[in-house]
Parts: sequence; C-alpha cells; structure tokens
Amino acid sequence: MGSRPPYPRSFAPAVLSPLQSLRSLGGTGRLARVSDVMISLRHVSKTFPGGTAPAVGDLSLDVPRGEIVVLVGPSGCGKTTTLKMINRLIEPTSGEIYVDGELATSVEAHLLRRKIGYVIQQIGLFPHRTIAENIATVPTLVGWDEQRIAERVTELIELVGLEPEMADRYPAELSGGQQQRVGVARALAADPPVLLMDEPFGAVDPIVRSKLQEELLALQDRLRKTIVFVTHDIDEAIRLGNRVAILNVGGVLEQYASPAEILAEPANDFVAEFLGSDRGLKRLSLIPISTVDLDPGPVVAPGGTVEEARRVMERYGTDWFAVVDGDRMLGWLTEDDLRGAATVPRSGRRFRAWLTRSSSLREALDAIVSGRTTMAAVFDGDRYLGMIDVDTISREIVR
Amino acid sequence: MIRWDWIGRNLDDIGALTGEHLLLTGIAVAAGLVVSLGLSAIALRFRKTYAPITWVTGILYTIPSLALFAFLVPITGLSILTAEIGLVSYTLLILIRNIVAGIDGVPPAIKEAADAMGYTRRHRLWAVEIPLALPVIVAGIRIATVTTIGLVTVTSLIGQGGLGALILRGLGTFYSPIGTTQIIVGTVLSVILAVAADVSLAFAERVLTPWARRREAAA
Amino acid sequence: MSFLADVLAWFADPVNWSGSGGIPNRVFEHVQLSTFAMMIAALLGIIPAVILGHARRGGVLAVAAVNIARAVPSFAIIALALPVSIALGLGLGFWPTLLALVALAIPPMFTNAYTAVRDVDPGVVEAARGMGMTPAGILAKVEVPMALPIILAAVRVSAVQVVATATLGAIVAWGGLGRYVIDGFATRNNVEVFAGGLLVALLAVATEVGFGVLERLVEPRGLRMLRGQEQVVRPAPT
Repeated sequence: MGSRPPYPRSFAPAVLSPLQSLRSLGGTGRLARVSDVMISLRHVSKTFPGGTAPAVGDLSLDVPRGEIVVLVGPSGCGKTTTLKMINRLIEPTSGEIYVDGELATSVEAHLLRRKIGYVIQQIGLFPHRTIAENIATVPTLVGWDEQRIAERVTELIELVGLEPEMADRYPAELSGGQQQRVGVARALAADPPVLLMDEPFGAVDPIVRSKLQEELLALQDRLRKTIVFVTHDIDEAIRLGNRVAILNVGGVLEQYASPAEILAEPANDFVAEFLGSDRGLKRLSLIPISTVDLDPGPVVAPGGTVEEARRVMERYGTDWFAVVDGDRMLGWLTEDDLRGAATVPRSGRRFRAWLTRSSSLREALDAIVSGRTTMAAVFDGDRYLGMIDVDTISREIVR
Repeated sequence: MIRWDWIGRNLDDIGALTGEHLLLTGIAVAAGLVVSLGLSAIALRFRKTYAPITWVTGILYTIPSLALFAFLVPITGLSILTAEIGLVSYTLLILIRNIVAGIDGVPPAIKEAADAMGYTRRHRLWAVEIPLALPVIVAGIRIATVTTIGLVTVTSLIGQGGLGALILRGLGTFYSPIGTTQIIVGTVLSVILAVAADVSLAFAERVLTPWARRREAAA
Repeated sequence: MSFLADVLAWFADPVNWSGSGGIPNRVFEHVQLSTFAMMIAALLGIIPAVILGHARRGGVLAVAAVNIARAVPSFAIIALALPVSIALGLGLGFWPTLLALVALAIPPMFTNAYTAVRDVDPGVVEAARGMGMTPAGILAKVEVPMALPIILAAVRVSAVQVVATATLGAIVAWGGLGRYVIDGFATRNNVEVFAGGLLVALLAVATEVGFGVLERLVEPRGLRMLRGQEQVVRPAPT
C-alpha cells in the first residue's frame, strides 16, 4: 500500500470560499414586484435588413432591480441582439424597452448609454489610452471634475483587484484577465445602475474565468447593480444568475425563472436538452447541505474502547473514524493508530478542510468522490454537525 | 569628377534651391492631406463613393507627371500653381488609401465600446478612430512625402523644381565637370531630403503614438 | 475652345503623322525602349527575387530596394545616367535612357516578386515537401504559380512607371513621346505640349489596362477566386 493521506481523503477538497457558499443559497425564485423592475422589454422584435426570419421576435421580459439576469441559449437565439437593443447599439424593429421606467427611445442614444455600463468579450479597451484614462472615459464624457475622476479611478482599480501602479500602463501591457478587469472597472466608472455584459469571460481560460465569475459575484454583493449577462454556457448562467432566461432560435423565450426552478422543472424538451443530461448534478450545486438530514457518522467518544471503534468502522465501511466529544471534533484516526492502545485517545489528526451547512450538495459530492469514500463531515463553525453520504445526495438528484 | 570648388562657390544658391524644394514639397503634402482628408471623409461616410474616388485618383497616379503638366500649362502656365496641382494629385491615392484603411482597421469591438459608453459619432472619430489610425495615416504621409520630394525635381521642366533646377542646369552642360557636379549635388541632396523627411516623420509618429511603442516593449 | 480646336488640328496635320518626328515613329520609339528596359529589368529583378523568396532570405534587401527606389527621383536617375553613358562611350539618347529605366524598374519588381514568393502559404509548401517534391519542383510547380498574380501585378506597375519615365528621355536627347512635350515647352508651343501630354497619358493608361487584361488571362483560375485587394507595392510616380 502507498502512503496514507495525512487526513481522511473525503474531507480533502472541500475548500470553499464564503462567496460560493452564499451563492449556493441564492437563486431560489424571489419574484420581484412590478415596481422593482429596472429593465422591461415589451413585445420587442428585431429583423435585420435582408434577413427573412426575425433575429428576435416578440420578446417580453422584465429584469428586476439589483439582480443578475442571464440570457442563455444556442447561437442564433438572439441573446446578444436582445442585449444590444437595451443600450440601443441595435435599434428594435418594433416594441418598447423601458430602462428605469423611462422609454429607452425617449432620450438620445449616447445619453442613454452613459447610464448603462457595457462589457464585451473582446473587451474593447482603447489601446491608445492608459488604464486610468480608459476607466475615466465615461466620467470624462459626463463632465466630472479631475479630482473626482482621479479618486474614482483609484477606487475602481482597487475594487476590481488590480495593482495601483497599473494605472499608467497601456492595455497591451496587461494580460487578458487583467484587461477584462479593466473592462469591468470602465463600465462601472460613472456608477451606472445597469450593467450589460456580453460573454465577458468567454475569451479567458477556464481558471481565470472561474475567478472572474467569483469576483463578479463578490462585486455584485457590494454594488447591487442590475446586470443583464449574455452567455452560451449554461453552467455560467446557473452560477451567476438570480434568474436565467433560456432563449431559442429567433429570440423565443422558452423559460424564465431562477436556476433552481429551471433545473428542477424544465419547461419543455428544449430546455431539458439545453440543460444537458447532467441536469441533476447541476441542480445539486443549488441545494445547500442545510436542507438535508445528516448522519452522525463513524464517531467514537474519547475513552471509548478499541472494539467500539472497530465496530463503528465496520458499520460505516470506512478505514477511519472520527473522535468526537459532544459536538467537538477532536480529529480522525485509523485502525493502525489504535495498535497497542486500550482506549480511544483524546486526540486525532487535524482536519484541514471541511464542508459547511451552506456548502452545496454538489460540493459535498465532489468531496466524497475525490476522497474515494462514501461520506464527508459537515461543520457549523467549530461545531461538528454530522456526516453527509452519497445515498442522501442521490436521493436529492432523483427528487 | 566632382568639382568641390564649384560647390564651395555656390553654397548660397544650393541652399536657396534646397529651401525651395522643401517649400514645394511642404505645400504639396499639406494641401494633399487636406484634400485627402476631405475625400476620405466622404468615402467613409458614403461607402459607395470609395471605389470611384480610388479609381479617379488611381488614374491620376498612372498619368506621367510630364503629361499632367502638359495638360495644365495651357491653363495655368509655367507657374508654381501648375507644379503644385500636379504634385498634390500624386499624393491623393496614397493618402486616401491609408486614411481609409487606417480608420477601417480600428477593431469593431473598440468602436462598439466607444458607442456603448456614449460617444457621439463625431467625438468617436476624433477621440478614438483617428488616434488609432494614426500609424497607418502617418505611413501614408511618409510615402507621399518621399514621393513628392522626388517628383519636385520634374517640375524644373516647367520652371520650378528646387534641386531639380540644379540637375536640369547640369544636364544643359553635361559635357563639363561642373555639369556632372550639379547633377550629383542635386541628386544627393534630394535623396538626403527624402531620407531626412522620412526619418523625421517616423520620429513624429513615435512621439504621437506612445502606446504603440510600449506594446513593442511589452511584446 | 479654340485651343482644343488647335489641338485637334495638330492631330489632323499629316506632317505630324510621318517621318522621324511623326506620331507613329515616336510611339514606336517609346514602346521599343520601354520594352527593352522591361525585359532586362525583369530578368535582373525577378529571377534573383524568386530564388531569394524561395529560400526566404534577403528580406532586408527587399525593403531597402523599394525605399531607395522611392528616395531617388526618376528625374535624377535619368540625369545621372547621362554622364555614366558618356563615360562608357555610349553617347546620348537611347543608352542613357535605357540605363535609367532598367535601374528604375528593377527595385519594385525585385521587392514585389520577392514578397510574393516568400508569402506563399507555408502550409502549401510544406504539403508539397511532404508529398516528396524536390525544392526545384516546389519552386516551379507551387511557389511561382501561386506568386504569379502578384509578380504580374508588379510587372504591370513597373511597366507603367517605365513608360512614364521614358517620357523624360527627351531631356537626354532621346526620342519618344516626351519630345513633343519638352520641345513644346522650349518653343512655348502649348498645342504641341498638350497633344504630347495626351499621347503620353494614353500610352500610360493603355499600359496599365493592357497588362491588367494580360494578368487576368494568365492567372491560374483557382487563384483568381482567391484574389483579394491588390498587395503590390507601387513605385513612385514619375
């Protein structure tokens, strides 16, 4: 046998950011009241010149204030067209769009756009302007004084996690991920209430993308903007969206609901197919551990007999057991550790990581599978709550 | 072969002709740029006009300068105006092509970003598109300038010419060493002017486009 | 209007259609010299360019050639060719003009032919090598045919420049159509100047159009479909 891991492997990968955990809880359908609507599309359609079928046909959609709404669908579903109609980069053929209660066409397009942040995949930073100058674009356009602009730029550079000395660099001197952070900072510069994002993380590698997604959620927790986000990646949609609008070719809205609702009850075959065969697994990422019953697990109190420890391990089919005093986890031990001992000691190896009540079932499953075991320990702060096992999780998938 | 003593005795004259050469070039390139910017603006605003504009300026470019002067002399005489009309007409094709290509070469994403942040069309042109097109436009100005410096010599045949006049004088006395000296001095100075103008413009471009330089450094 | 009538009268005058100073002879002189110059320059410019382009060496030379060609005025080259020709004992007229035109036509043909061969899709060349073609075979059957449209375009723009510059041969006592313009200037005969200019312009445009037609006839059909914007470097006008 190879060397043992320093801790039960089932606990190993469960390193979670507080954010991830928070988001796992969110997304359950809190429906906004009508007065809370920030962007409203009313029977909007767009047919491009020379096009036979409309790119978007008769789409109505309300975006609640302070939420992230993700438009997702296959190519040709009109999601980008829809997004660009909101800031009038594309003018609708018919229908109305209201932004913050005002008809979008009632103001000049360039004035409307100064109140709407816009982030795109190609980023579109001005290569001839420094990072600071790029970020200052809209504040300059709307006539802020220099002092205020300088303060805002400094604030934003920090907000999006860039180094202050990057301010005087040119975009070409930055990596793709850094450039996209600048793109977000530039969009936020004049503090617009609305942010439109068109596949903003599509061009970066998966690791950077995941980090940027996390940062966006962290930003959103602080800023509470109304964000319309376009992607073709359903996982990104589920991760980011308070609501997800699934569009079909021609801008047909197939389903518009919270990620949890969509995963639990796809409106039709198109949505189900678009969600993919791992729909159940995706759904797990939205269910927190706190909603299921936990098992006490293979635990023995300090001072218990070796025989008792053996019985517990046999019952649970593990080669380790946890030493628990009341609700205090003292550590974990293996059978080898008991050799020559009469009773279970008051100590064990420290846990390096753990699942919390707000961790999702998907994370729990991940921890269990990568630990090649059948259960993982759950804590609330220092308090040991119990174990979650594969059977519990699979019951949720089927439900 | 070269009569240095002749050069020494005629420095003033050579200097004056060099100045005249530069003036003729400067006027032609400046006027050419103004006309080209106007025609490029039309071509960019109304795309259908681009093909006819390049077609006409292409024909102008193809017509030998001597023929063009021949058409103009009956109207405008053996004058500086004749010379400048000819010189300007040869800058148009190069300048318009580069201006339009430069503006067209601005990535669509950058233009869209500018639109989305609330630039007006005119503001976007001046603040974003022209600065980004500058390297291509300056490349066109460099070629047009170097070309014009060469062409100025031909205008000696209609009584202008700057250093071309020196060359023409040399041709008149080609059998003498002084004639050869005049031809060589005129040629060498003309080449020096062309190289100096090219280098100066390249330097000006570097100063005007710091972002491009930093990119090279980063790459 | 009377001026244009005079020009028409000049063209109608039988004197201008006969003898060594007549239009047919002047056109013949102009075309003959231009043709000689082009043939020599093509030989001296294109062949080394194709070989260097195949080896993908000599890029600096190609850039330098076109820059030097731009910086040295054609007028000056004609003028310089005169003392050279005299020194070589070749005299006035034909030889200095030919020398100048050859010197002028080589750089643009070299540079364009070089870039054309060098920029042939490396994937196609590698595929040819992968199929076992010899370097000579690749050059003859792949690179040159694929570069042909640009090489021909280079020949065209050089030919236009040569025809234009041949006009200046009149200042070193060569015949050709430039005679009418130069002599007209000297005698203040604007009608002759204008008529000469018209003939020169027509010949230059005819050269451009004629070579353009030739290109379309010679170009491999598969490449015609790929034809994009003209990528050839034009020499400075004369």
